Amino acid sequence: MTDPVFILLYIVLFPGFIFLFVYALFLSFLDRKIVARMQNRVGPPFYQPFADLVKMLAKEVIDPDGVDRGLFDAIPLVALAAVMTAFLYVPVTGYSPLAFPGDLVVVLYLMIIPTFALFLLGWLSRNIFSAIGGIRAATQMFIYEVPFFLALLAPAIMAGTWSISGIVVWQQHNTWLVFFQPIGFVVALICLQAKLERTPFDIPEAETEIVAGPLTELTGRRLAIIHLTTEISLVVGSALIAALFLGGPMIPWTLSPSWLNEVVGFCVFLVKTLAVLLVLSSIKVATGRIRIDQLNDIGWKYIASAALVQVGMVLVINYLWVTL
Amino acid sequence: MPEVVIPIGPQHPALKEPVNFRIIADGEKIVRLELELSYTHRGIEKAAEQRNFIRVLPLLERVCGICSHSHATVFAKGIEEIMQLEVPPRAQYIRTIIAELERMHSHLLWLGVAAHEIGFNTLFMWTWRDREAVQDTLEEMSGNRVHYNMNEIGGVRCDLNPAQVNAALSRVPVLEERIKKYVDMVNDEETLLLRFRGVGRMSKEEALKYGAVGPTARASGVDYDVRRDDPYLAYAEVPWDVVTDTEGDVYGRTRVRIGELRESVQIVRYCLENIPAGPIRVDAPKNAPKGEILSRYEAPRGELAHYIRTNGTDKVERVDIRTPTLANWTSVAMCLVNQNIADIPVIVAAIDPCLSCTSRLTVTNRENRPGVAVVRAARRGSSLPGSEDEEKL
Repeated sequence: MTDPVFILLYIVLFPGFIFLFVYALFLSFLDRKIVARMQNRVGPPFYQPFADLVKMLAKEVIDPDGVDRGLFDAIPLVALAAVMTAFLYVPVTGYSPLAFPGDLVVVLYLMIIPTFALFLLGWLSRNIFSAIGGIRAATQMFIYEVPFFLALLAPAIMAGTWSISGIVVWQQHNTWLVFFQPIGFVVALICLQAKLERTPFDIPEAETEIVAGPLTELTGRRLAIIHLTTEISLVVGSALIAALFLGGPMIPWTLSPSWLNEVVGFCVFLVKTLAVLLVLSSIKVATGRIRIDQLNDIGWKYIASAALVQVGMVLVINYLWVTL
Repeated sequence: MPEVVIPIGPQHPALKEPVNFRIIADGEKIVRLELELSYTHRGIEKAAEQRNFIRVLPLLERVCGICSHSHATVFAKGIEEIMQLEVPPRAQYIRTIIAELERMHSHLLWLGVAAHEIGFNTLFMWTWRDREAVQDTLEEMSGNRVHYNMNEIGGVRCDLNPAQVNAALSRVPVLEERIKKYVDMVNDEETLLLRFRGVGRMSKEEALKYGAVGPTARASGVDYDVRRDDPYLAYAEVPWDVVTDTEGDVYGRTRVRIGELRESVQIVRYCLENIPAGPIRVDAPKNAPKGEILSRYEAPRGELAHYIRTNGTDKVERVDIRTPTLANWTSVAMCLVNQNIADIPVIVAAIDPCLSCTSRLTVTNRENRPGVAVVRAARRGSSLPGSEDEEKL
């Protein structure tokens, strides 16, 4: 497990960056295809996200007047690096070899960075649409981030560990946490949708209102990298939910050759993340965009309260579990 | 927070046509709206004065790509009245069928646009798909999807044969079912209600004061529809109801339009089933006698008026087009005050603006145009703008 070559392969090849990159583009395609079919459209071919990425990477980079070029280049890269790092701690085949106690908190923090990047981009762009979009991104973050944290910490409390791999192992011994925490699962899905800025929470990028929000002034590779970041966030988010609530890449029994465990685990991972994606895409298709003040009401009144109720229930269950 | 100016347009993803809003906002609340409308003046009125009546009709259809039949019909109707022609009932029925099909495709298109403005792209895709059924019917009847060119002075260009009537009738149940689906969606869909309810509210008094027309006015409870109050074509013979609503907001305007969709389907069905036999046009004289008329018509967006003056020749002396969008702009400026900036697109879209059709004049101010001085200075090879000889230009 601690062989440096293995670690390097894990980080770079599988299930690290290369796999992540391919899978992110594939999920992006699948998302677009599902949405298109539900909307009675044909939808893109499977290589479309990759083609888009290559095209945008090749496009000219335009610097708006008076914008700090260095920061404008760096911010998308930082966001991309953050979500890619976050993925290393999420179990894909079995345990993550990099897992350590408390990696859940690190992953959650790393996943906030893209939102910060959007806010900074909006702030730096010197464009009214970007500025409004950036402020909306930050406002929205304060609304969904608290219930998201609460919903994802509830599994940690129940399993008694702050490590994602540890929570997965706990579920292997007991059962999927979604059965104990249905409210938390729903809250986590809604907040993930908000985090990824998908309808009905695409408020910061509301095309018909503020053009492309914080991305308005981005061109070429900067835009490509930010889009890639969003696509990777989708993978990390759905993998995280699959790990914390749906048992992750584990099956409750052990198979005879050990490599078969890994393969089956990987397939289970694929199925579960695709299932999460299907739910997220369905939400996207079935809704329109709500307003930021309406999100504020809904977020703090209902979603945050629901997350708190879930945490309370987990504490009660834990207490009963120990005493009985 | 100080007031900020948010420029929207002439180019903006929410706008399908060029218009310039300057939204003066205080935080997320709108203080007032400044409008610059006319970017696409095409001189259609002047061009209409230079063509004879036969050639004017196709031209006037091109005032608008959506209510093309409206413009041609309202003009033909006016000229026929000046010429005192008796248009055969079959022609009137065919015109009514086309007019109501046009209203259906316009309202379906609007529903999609309104949904798109709030990011509800599924409804957008669905309504535009169902709109194709209407467009197919129009194409079968007239040969064209957009500019049907069905009107002539004194009647219509081509007749409907039984196969066309049956094909159109076979689509009616499908459309009815889809429209019912949209009624349910508008009444039940949570995000739609959140974004439409209480947004851009206008009372009946305000609607009357600001001269709103069409579904915009009817949503505020103004019970006025040219089709009923000044009947033309076959509307006096067809059983139908004026749809009004008391909500007065975007939600009300949506409900009125969906109600009108239902009524339109019924009108089309009635006309197709009861179309009288007979000729489809009468021969019109070449020249119209001297006269003037204000011809009115309930276009999908509201009351459309053509003022026509003839002078005894085969051309009009003057035709003045007042589109419903022009009548509705003041109500938009009023509705937007104190609303959230996120609601600008949907409030603007709620009147179903048709900007290029409204463009009746253009104002050029050469002196204040940035860049003109530079170009002129460059042409003369003189010094930079702002110097003294630029003033003399």
